Amino acid sequence: MTTFDLNGKTVSAQSPDDAALLWVIRDELGLTGTKFGCGIGFCGACTVHVEGRATRSCITPVAAVAGAKVTTIEGLDPTGSHPLQTAWLELQVPQCGYCQPGQIMQAATLLKDFPNPTDQDINAVMAGSVCRCMTYIRIRKAIKLAAARMRGDTSHA
Amino acid sequence: MLSLSSHGLRSSSDPSRRSFLITMLGAGVMLGYAKSTLGAADVMLEALSTNSARSVGDLFEPTIWYGIDPTGTVTVNIIRAEMGQHVGTALARIVADELEADWRKVKIVTVDSDPKWGLMVTGGSWSVWQSFPLLSRAGAAGRIALIEEGAKLLGVPEQTCTARDHAVHAGGRSIPYGDIVARGSLRRTFTSEQLDKMPIKAADKRRLIGRNIVAEDIPSKVDGKGRYGLDAVVEGMVYARPKVPPTRYASKVVSIDDSAAKRVPGYLKSLALDDPSGTVPGWVMVYAETFIAANKAADLVNVKWSSGKAASISEADIQKRSAELIADPKGGSLLVDDPGVDAALTSAKQKIERTYTTSTVMHFALEPVNALAFEKDGIFEIHTGNQWQTLILPVLAKALGRSQDKIVLRSYLLGGGFGRRLDGDYTVGAALAAKAIGKPVKMVCTRADDMRFDCPRSPSTQVVRMAWGDDGRVTAMDHHAAAGWPTAVMAPSFMPKGTNGVPYDPFASQGADHWYSVGAQRVRALRNDLAEQTFRPGWLRSVGAGWTNWAVESFMDEAAHAAGADPVKFRLGMLDGAGRNAGSAPSSVGGARRQAAVLARLAEKVEWGKPTPKDVGLGIATTFGQERGMPTWTACAVRVRVNRINGHVTVEKLSLVIDAGTVIHPDSAEAQVEGAALWGLSMALHEGSEFVKGQPKDTNLDTYALLRMGDVPDVEVEFLPSTEAPVGLGEPATTPVAPAIGNAIFAATGARVRHLPIRPQAVLVALAGGS
Repeated sequence: MTTFDLNGKTVSAQSPDDAALLWVIRDELGLTGTKFGCGIGFCGACTVHVEGRATRSCITPVAAVAGAKVTTIEGLDPTGSHPLQTAWLELQVPQCGYCQPGQIMQAATLLKDFPNPTDQDINAVMAGSVCRCMTYIRIRKAIKLAAARMRGDTSHA
Repeated sequence: MLSLSSHGLRSSSDPSRRSFLITMLGAGVMLGYAKSTLGAADVMLEALSTNSARSVGDLFEPTIWYGIDPTGTVTVNIIRAEMGQHVGTALARIVADELEADWRKVKIVTVDSDPKWGLMVTGGSWSVWQSFPLLSRAGAAGRIALIEEGAKLLGVPEQTCTARDHAVHAGGRSIPYGDIVARGSLRRTFTSEQLDKMPIKAADKRRLIGRNIVAEDIPSKVDGKGRYGLDAVVEGMVYARPKVPPTRYASKVVSIDDSAAKRVPGYLKSLALDDPSGTVPGWVMVYAETFIAANKAADLVNVKWSSGKAASISEADIQKRSAELIADPKGGSLLVDDPGVDAALTSAKQKIERTYTTSTVMHFALEPVNALAFEKDGIFEIHTGNQWQTLILPVLAKALGRSQDKIVLRSYLLGGGFGRRLDGDYTVGAALAAKAIGKPVKMVCTRADDMRFDCPRSPSTQVVRMAWGDDGRVTAMDHHAAAGWPTAVMAPSFMPKGTNGVPYDPFASQGADHWYSVGAQRVRALRNDLAEQTFRPGWLRSVGAGWTNWAVESFMDEAAHAAGADPVKFRLGMLDGAGRNAGSAPSSVGGARRQAAVLARLAEKVEWGKPTPKDVGLGIATTFGQERGMPTWTACAVRVRVNRINGHVTVEKLSLVIDAGTVIHPDSAEAQVEGAALWGLSMALHEGSEFVKGQPKDTNLDTYALLRMGDVPDVEVEFLPSTEAPVGLGEPATTPVAPAIGNAIFAATGARVRHLPIRPQAVLVALAGGS
């Protein structure tokens, strides 16, 4: 059994210690916003935050997050209106949408580290997040829009 | 030349051929079509007079496209899969515009499979093109009925009434649609003749079409609430993961050893599936209480198969077979067969011949294929995302040994379609798994399972020839295209016949039948039997046009240079709209001249002809998108930088000019063009796999490359304004990108590449003077 904090609530998972956090979150704990893409940490669809850091939940054994704070797309913002989420809506970023929770979670840590990210910062940090619909152009725009708003710069608003 | 009807895709159940029915049913008004077999207006009126919703339903099973309830809420039923194109929003706005509805009162429902919807398919970039005539007239019919009834309720002549903003207005008074439904008695039928002639609004009177709104499917895609097939659950379900056999066909299970799997807590059992439909031969299903356990157990279950001849076949064998087929002048299907091609080629002093090839391409929809299947109240329910319900239902019926009316496909968001989910084969595995164990089963493929079970884009080989007359004019063009044919394997009845009476797969040849006037023209499509024995060829985003245009547009560039002509002027000279390239109503009005227009605008936009720095080149290509019956006029320019040391090609800028006729939802249209064009780029430089002993070589992202954020160039997209018929947008922009890149590499360096994907090694070889 592994106990950890999931979106602000303490949860206890019965899955074996080596079970991937992804499936524990999805199938045992019922939060399906986090997606399964490649299973080897190469696509980013399963990205969650562990102690605030973007983490590939498909290759993270659940035992590794014992006692830790885990945040999924459902917990990023209580009303689903994180500046990234509103920017994603306004710029109509998602197409099929399957990768977008992972993209948003990855982008959220990007903005913590780089409040005013350059294109190179975005390329580097988002490189591990695949969008098969190829919405990259809008992902980039939306990251910049959200970053500007989070900095209080209204010129992009 | 090709149209949906020639594919047989306008099925006999085509709702546009039915009479239109507006009636009170229960608490609301429903607007739909009665079956044409019963569709005489008198019969309908008689049925309506029975004043019973059930009897109306029993007699006509009216196909219900939208309804209005007494609160005024308009509910539009969407039969197309939501897979990133925001199709529900586009289709509902077509209805709402003609209906003069308030968009805030419009609700979208994505429906489950039911014969009443007619042909359920989401592919070919057809959705808006197919639905626009039907849904716009349906909206207009509703508006007329509401005006008639509203006029009665207002006590004024209907000629004095107008419909606007969800209400009928006359002389300063108005009555909302909801009140008309609540208080009125809406009964009205329109014959199919009346509907065919139903005037729709002039383009300048449209209020929703051509304007932007955040698409209805988007909010649930940013907060994790959207429900995809992978998210489907039902009480009491168990999980299963397949052991995918070593070949797509002919694999037989010899033995199953699950002794190691038995140590996995939650493991249930492993069963070889018995599949009367032949869709998943040799599949073994590993069951467990959780996916974690099923996944782990499947790795530990040891299955031995006998696997047949395909286990010895590799990509080079398949390509060799294509070359053999092309070399034999007999065989194949002729899409175009003008007299005089051989004579012109034989007598020409100047002629060229080139061969172009493409490798296998994987779908890699990010959501691996999966389905939840169970029997409930005598109905087998399949919960999954799917693009062609009508195609897979009879297969499921055969597999399960029950009639189609006892099977339903419940619709979910698709974690990518791209043609992978046109083939519903994965639903068969899930359904048989549930039947075999007698419980609800959630079947999930891992990425490797999904890749090995993919129906990839077939490798292709094409030979193209051109001849010039003594006056320097092009006198003949000859195009031979060979590949595995998806439609032959999965939907053979959808293959039209060539001029020689031989059926061909339009999705493995369209594009070669281009709109250039080239004198005597021949297009021959050849079916690679070895490919089809080895794997299941699939429809993959932009299908045939995604690789036929690699040949056509690379060749046009080579031909221009051979003729000493500028590649843009050379093309424009042949896009003259003469003869069969004149175009026709409704979908290709203007013909090749519209293709010339997008190309000319593109050339102007990218300052074609302006010198570029060393090792930087601009390449162009132009296509008509998917098919002649639904041309999306497309022109693309790519600026590349070539590293002569390592052969690396960097795409710096991608420019597109598109004429797609009327654009319903501009922002979604642009998104589709962006995504499609980047797919073209990804397939040109990053993707590509190969078959090795009957299996795709790449089964995950450790070796299969996809375009990523840092690979994305500047992209500019321009739509030419048009009020012509709307055509498709999901795929067309994929088609010109690869040849534009190849042409740009040539412009930058003088090196010509003729194989997709373009690997640095091939560029180095070309730079060294090889090919």
